[in-house]
Amino acid sequence: MINLTNINKTYFSESNSLHVLKGIDLHIASGEYVSIMGASGSGKSTLLNILGILDNYDSGEYLLNNKLIKNLSEKRAAAYRNEMIGFVFQSFNLINFKNALENVALPLYYKNVNRKRRNMIAMEYLDMMGLRDWATHMPSEMSGGQKQRVAIARAIISQPKILLADEPTGALDSHTTVEVMKVLRELNANGLTTILVTHERSVADETHKIIHIKDGMIENIEQKK
Amino acid sequence: MINKKIIAQDGISPLASRKGDGGVVSGGRLWILLLGFFDLDRWQEIWATITHNKSRSILTAFGVFWGMFMLVAMVGAGAALKQGMNSQIEGFATNSCFVWSEQTSEPYQGFKKGRNWNIQNDDLPVLINNIPEIQYLAPVLFGNSGTNNVTRNDKAGSFSVKGNYPAYNKIDESKLIYGRYINDIDIAEQRKVCVIGERVYEVLFPTKENPIGKNIQVNGIYFQVIGVAQHLSTINIGGEAKETVILPFSTMQQAFNQGNNVHFLAVTALPGIQVSVIEEKIQKILKTRNNIAPTDKTAVGGMNIEDQFTMFLYLGIGIASLIWFVGAGTLIAGGIGISNIMLVTVRERTKEIGIRRALGATPNNIISQIMTESIVLTLLAGLAGLMVGVGLLYMVGVALSQGDQFFKDPQISFSVAMLSFFILLIIGTLAGFLPAKRAMNIKPIEAIREE
Repeated sequence: MINLTNINKTYFSESNSLHVLKGIDLHIASGEYVSIMGASGSGKSTLLNILGILDNYDSGEYLLNNKLIKNLSEKRAAAYRNEMIGFVFQSFNLINFKNALENVALPLYYKNVNRKRRNMIAMEYLDMMGLRDWATHMPSEMSGGQKQRVAIARAIISQPKILLADEPTGALDSHTTVEVMKVLRELNANGLTTILVTHERSVADETHKIIHIKDGMIENIEQKK
Repeated sequence: MINKKIIAQDGISPLASRKGDGGVVSGGRLWILLLGFFDLDRWQEIWATITHNKSRSILTAFGVFWGMFMLVAMVGAGAALKQGMNSQIEGFATNSCFVWSEQTSEPYQGFKKGRNWNIQNDDLPVLINNIPEIQYLAPVLFGNSGTNNVTRNDKAGSFSVKGNYPAYNKIDESKLIYGRYINDIDIAEQRKVCVIGERVYEVLFPTKENPIGKNIQVNGIYFQVIGVAQHLSTINIGGEAKETVILPFSTMQQAFNQGNNVHFLAVTALPGIQVSVIEEKIQKILKTRNNIAPTDKTAVGGMNIEDQFTMFLYLGIGIASLIWFVGAGTLIAGGIGISNIMLVTVRERTKEIGIRRALGATPNNIISQIMTESIVLTLLAGLAGLMVGVGLLYMVGVALSQGDQFFKDPQISFSVAMLSFFILLIIGTLAGFLPAKRAMNIKPIEAIREE
């Protein structure tokens, strides 16, 4: 599903440059459940951004679902993101003036699915997350766990190939962390390739493979199962 | 709980139905774009953003509202001023000039300077035959207007007396309330008839009866009333028109022993001919025929109405240009205000826009959203300004309808309203352009970076 070959990424600022990723080689097969761990500044977020086509890389090759992801136009990148990638963020990133249903339906809006149909589909996904009764609530009226479940529903509504989660439990307490991790596990059990970035060992332990990143390089890959 | 649901509903599970609900076919893309434009969500989105920050939106929109209001109010006022000016000169031929005799100022052919002379009846056919550019030529004779010179039974008043040709009514038009104007047969037969002004009618016929066929005495001679004239313009020649008794020119010459004298010529040029051209030719012929030095500048008196009208015209154009300059400037300032606030809005919404981009919004999606917001805000504000402005003009119009005629019927035409609507559309588009460009340049990664 994912093939990274010798990926390099350098950030340039006025005075100095920062070589963030130093030749990453990584293969993630379809249906895998992977976590990326590393200290802050190790490059794990940059790696996730590149995987999510939110950022580009300087050299190397990134194949996603056998498509070369390199020098894409904004339009193409947007289309790939829409079709193949679902994002879950630490701070949920729900749109605060839209209710839960509208937030979930948003990716389908950009896919030109008509309103009635996308709201129907969004309701099914909310239902899966156990949030049917919360469909008309605004994000500000929901708990952190509920918001993250809305975000997950939004991430998977366009049936992506991979789900990328950046510290999905970072803003949650231990109880809701368990709840959200359960959802992710179940999604993966249904075949969705899931990659999450975390610095919590307990969260990483839930995944099947832990990639440790240090100073822009893969230090080791820990196979859990 | 969640587990059960996902497993149990595999029929609609996101993973089980992956193929069925995929991309939308490209065949109906245009149709989809159109649907997208009318998509309720799109408008809901825009409405949500505009109403999300009510006070800010209102303050922003106020600039355009005020600009539009000012434009409408000023255009309306300008139109009213023009209308008022036009009503002053209504019925008066704008391509006319007037010629009369003055004392000579130079000796010529044995005549000393300071001589009095008169335009004569014989001059008229010569003028008409030699100047083909003349449209109408109307000689005028002024009579005495002593105390109570016009009487009917026990009613009397002091009024001007004029001898006119029918053509005069083509140059300085009067509407006839009763009867008719002087005609050619009156002139040919030197009939003792008269057309009286409104005020003359009021004084001599206080019971408002039909005056046609009644006799009145003018400077000692009886004339039969054939018409009552209501003067149209406010330009008066030889006394207030409403206080004037008009006699047939020929009748007056004979009845009051004026010989062949003509006091005054009113002339109009054919359409497309400058009045100054015929004015010059008339002067030349009159000088030759009356032994006046060709270089004499004052012997033939003249007034060219065209010059006055040209001044009026330029005044109108000047006012209109000023109005549009100021009005459009205010509108543009309002547009810049909208653009400014939209820029702030875009900055505030960086995160939201980034999220949208991450979820698959293309730069075009973002541009169209920001542009639409800008246009909607501009149009709403502008239409409000238009409506309030038109409302104000209407009320002013009602208030003024009885009063002074110099400011008449303030209103803007439908085409001006449409034009300003179109201008608004352009302003809205331009105002949205810069913010939209900035929004387009927002990289999703920057926007959703965790704090």
